[in-house]
Amino acid sequence: MSKEHNNCENCRHYNADSLKKLGVEIADADFVVALAGNPNTGKSTVFNALTGLRQHTGNWPGKTVTRAEGGFGYNKKKYKLIDLPGTYSLLSTSQDEEVARDFILFGKPDVTIIVVDAGRLERNLNLVLQILEITDKAVLCLNLMDEARRNKITVDERMLARDLGIPVVPTSARYKEGLPELLQTIHEVATGEIICKPHKIKNVPPKIAKAVEKLSKTLLKQYPDIPNSRWIAFRLLEGDKSIVHALQTGKFASI
Amino acid sequence: MKDQNNASELIAMANDLRWEIGEGYHDKLAEGIYADATAIARNAVTKDGQKRNFRIDTTIDRIVTSKLWGFPIMFLILSIVLWLTIEGANIPSSILSSLLLDMGHPFLKAISASLGLVWWLDGFLIDGVYLALAWVIAVMLPPMAIFFPLFTLLEDFGYLPRVAFNLDKLFRKSGAHGKQALTMSMGFGCNAAGVIATRIIDSPRERLIAIITNNFSLCNGRWPTQILIAAIFIGAVVPKGLAGLASTASVIGIAVLGIFFTFLVSWGLSRTVLKGEVSTFNLELPPYRRPRFWKTIYTSLIDRTLIVLWRAMVFAAPAGAVIWLISNITIGDQSIALWMIQYLDGFGLFIGLNGVILLAYIVAIPANEIVIPTILMLTVMATGNAAYGNGDGVMFDVDSAHQTADILKAGGWTLLTGINLMLFSLLHNPCSTTIYTIYKETNNWKWTALATFLPLVMGFVVCFLVAQLWRAFLG
Repeated sequence: MSKEHNNCENCRHYNADSLKKLGVEIADADFVVALAGNPNTGKSTVFNALTGLRQHTGNWPGKTVTRAEGGFGYNKKKYKLIDLPGTYSLLSTSQDEEVARDFILFGKPDVTIIVVDAGRLERNLNLVLQILEITDKAVLCLNLMDEARRNKITVDERMLARDLGIPVVPTSARYKEGLPELLQTIHEVATGEIICKPHKIKNVPPKIAKAVEKLSKTLLKQYPDIPNSRWIAFRLLEGDKSIVHALQTGKFASI
Repeated sequence: MKDQNNASELIAMANDLRWEIGEGYHDKLAEGIYADATAIARNAVTKDGQKRNFRIDTTIDRIVTSKLWGFPIMFLILSIVLWLTIEGANIPSSILSSLLLDMGHPFLKAISASLGLVWWLDGFLIDGVYLALAWVIAVMLPPMAIFFPLFTLLEDFGYLPRVAFNLDKLFRKSGAHGKQALTMSMGFGCNAAGVIATRIIDSPRERLIAIITNNFSLCNGRWPTQILIAAIFIGAVVPKGLAGLASTASVIGIAVLGIFFTFLVSWGLSRTVLKGEVSTFNLELPPYRRPRFWKTIYTSLIDRTLIVLWRAMVFAAPAGAVIWLISNITIGDQSIALWMIQYLDGFGLFIGLNGVILLAYIVAIPANEIVIPTILMLTVMATGNAAYGNGDGVMFDVDSAHQTADILKAGGWTLLTGINLMLFSLLHNPCSTTIYTIYKETNNWKWTALATFLPLVMGFVVCFLVAQLWRAFLG
């Protein structure tokens, strides 16, 4: 990434024009971006808007258990975008949640866009907080702003960004509102211009917190480069079979 | 090797720590995350004019998921939906049957006569295939067209997740998934649809339990059988004023018995062939929304009603042909149907049914809707009562319950036969549409076979026991 932008090129609206929808063309991407979020928050709408594809936008949990992939170009960089199945959490053992969880954990996307419903923020934050335990590079896409406005709900996005420690971009993907800003933010997180300091779950009962600390220290001793030891500790305490399996097969050594 | 050691050390450590933490780890952690989410949301979100809505939602939830009112409200809503379905379907059903059966059938007969079709082709196509299709459309389409939209409206409104919430505990105790409450309710409309709906259950073990037990939900095709038989046999043994009440109660009793078997078999499966942990799930109680009425009607008609109807028709046509064939092909001095009835009579009577019922259930595997007409047709044949019906192998609709009762009683039916038929209608193999769907969804012949034969064996056992008790105490 060269740093020789003039002012015009730095303007977000200029950059918005440089979006190139690449459809299914995803070979030799520079960055991998994941789209995560609760069902019905408009992930697929964001996906379609960025890639120019027409991913079916169904709203039935269980229908989409695999991930959809597409590509877009922005600022002379090629991005591969992965639409993950919508989930309410990453704590259970269902197939769709595992697809989402495994991709964020083992696929190590350069950026994870977490799409949330601005009108139902509190419920959506449940998943956001879990994702932030796994990855450091995330953007919160505060979607369905139009509906929230209609319901007279206002969200202080600066406060939210500060509390979550990641950039927050309000959008109405259906009307292409906020997408230029979203693209620019994805770009800045991917290239490291924005460094996130994600919120870590605080209200953990002391007994559990102690156990997690002990476990994650041991983990870090064995795998010093692991960025999400705390989350893996959470999962080990739960007895998550696929995490246990990943440990046994040495999948974490590469993280 | 180092990885292996590291891994086992970590896993051992995690196991020890899990003991120290004690029960409720998952829930406590989830609560912690929610507490964080609430705090963050409170800082960032301002709501205007939302408070009231919110409180209404909470109030409704407090009532419909309460320990005291949850179940009564559920049964009330279920009864209303069923009542609307049964009552509402009567009129369009009779219009369709007079259109397709009373008018369409003679019309086609006239055409075939003018074309000079040979008798067997005319019989095979018009008396067999056409009548079976017409019957399925007349009987099945109206209730489906009422039940599915009503069900979808409830779904859109947001009631179904509350049902799952109420039943979650019972399902969990029987080792199954709380969402099975949803697929079970779908089964009350159509078992094939219920089996497809199990896709919402993500754990394969619990999904299989839901698939195998779905057949215990009385489906659209079986409600008419239940209602007719209850009216004829149960309604007749109580004073006239109570007849309607008694027969309705007995039908609901059968439906509740089905729910009981759902729990019992789920429990049995989860302790034998499908052992495993009950998976937890976050069930979102979505906000109550005013359903988008016309859109709901449209999508439920297209997505559910027509697709299910289409499948039923595909299977009903050959069944109609088979009925016609076995009653018209003779071996020796009688038709194949008669041979089979005589052969099945021994076992049938032994378990309190009869050969006609068993043969009808074999012929009607494609669609439960055609059980009653098949039984009537076969009974007329076997008893040689030519005063009813239009001829050998022609399925027909007898006008009044009274006439039906006469035919059946002439065929040697008793109150025991009626009760056992109701039980057997609940407990027998799923229709071929459902069996096919189970195979498509599980991709496994063994589970399909289990789902097919388990209820059948249970039906034999239950009917046998009832017959034994009956004969011991009342016979």
